[in-house]
Amino acid sequence: MANFDQELDASGLNCPLPILRAKKAISSLSAGQVLRIVATDPGSVKDFEAFCKQTGNELLESGEEGGKFVFSIKKSS
Amino acid sequence: MADQKKLAIIATKGTLDWAYPPFILASTAAALGYDVEIFFTFYGLQLLKKKLKLQVTSLGNPGMPMPMPMPVLLQALPGMQAMMTTMMKAKMKSKGVAGLEELRELCQEAEVRFVACQMTVDLFDMNPNDFIEGVEFGGAAMMFEFAGDADMSLFI
Repeated sequence: MANFDQELDASGLNCPLPILRAKKAISSLSAGQVLRIVATDPGSVKDFEAFCKQTGNELLESGEEGGKFVFSIKKSS
Repeated sequence: MADQKKLAIIATKGTLDWAYPPFILASTAAALGYDVEIFFTFYGLQLLKKKLKLQVTSLGNPGMPMPMPMPVLLQALPGMQAMMTTMMKAKMKSKGVAGLEELRELCQEAEVRFVACQMTVDLFDMNPNDFIEGVEFGGAAMMFEFAGDADMSLFI
């Protein structure tokens, strides 16, 4: 899952900043485009799950890479 | 959007620590697509000042984690509140917690509605010019107009 249209580095940021920054980044994308997010806040794992469930955007990937949390979100509409 | 969820928050506290919940919840709810209004009343009005000079205190708050045990009388000494505030701000910064001004701006960008309680503005002789731009003024009835059909209402 290496393809994405935009990347957001939310490292070092704490709740709710990763979500707020991601929301902003997603609104600048077109439907179907993918945002990749890198975060260090352990709470962001559950938070991005909940964010996608409520906003209807698709969580393509949620994992760990080099001690950081990585997410890919596909904009729905 | 007719099915848009609504969140109503009443912000009543004017300390550095208690300033966070209203702004964190409001900005997050807005990011999730909620229509949000915060009604600021009594000490909560401090959160609307252009220049925030909020402080924390451990007095009357035995739940506050302290770096070392300290008798209450010592905590009441002059300068202790300023010192605790400095320590709390440093701690928040080191942990990547957002600044209050930043969260407040994010709320406004996301069109969270800020309403100041007119009665308490008058009671404390506050100057509306000291408040940030975009604040509306109203009373309890205005709060209920929004909260009456909100999906959740929080008193903070």
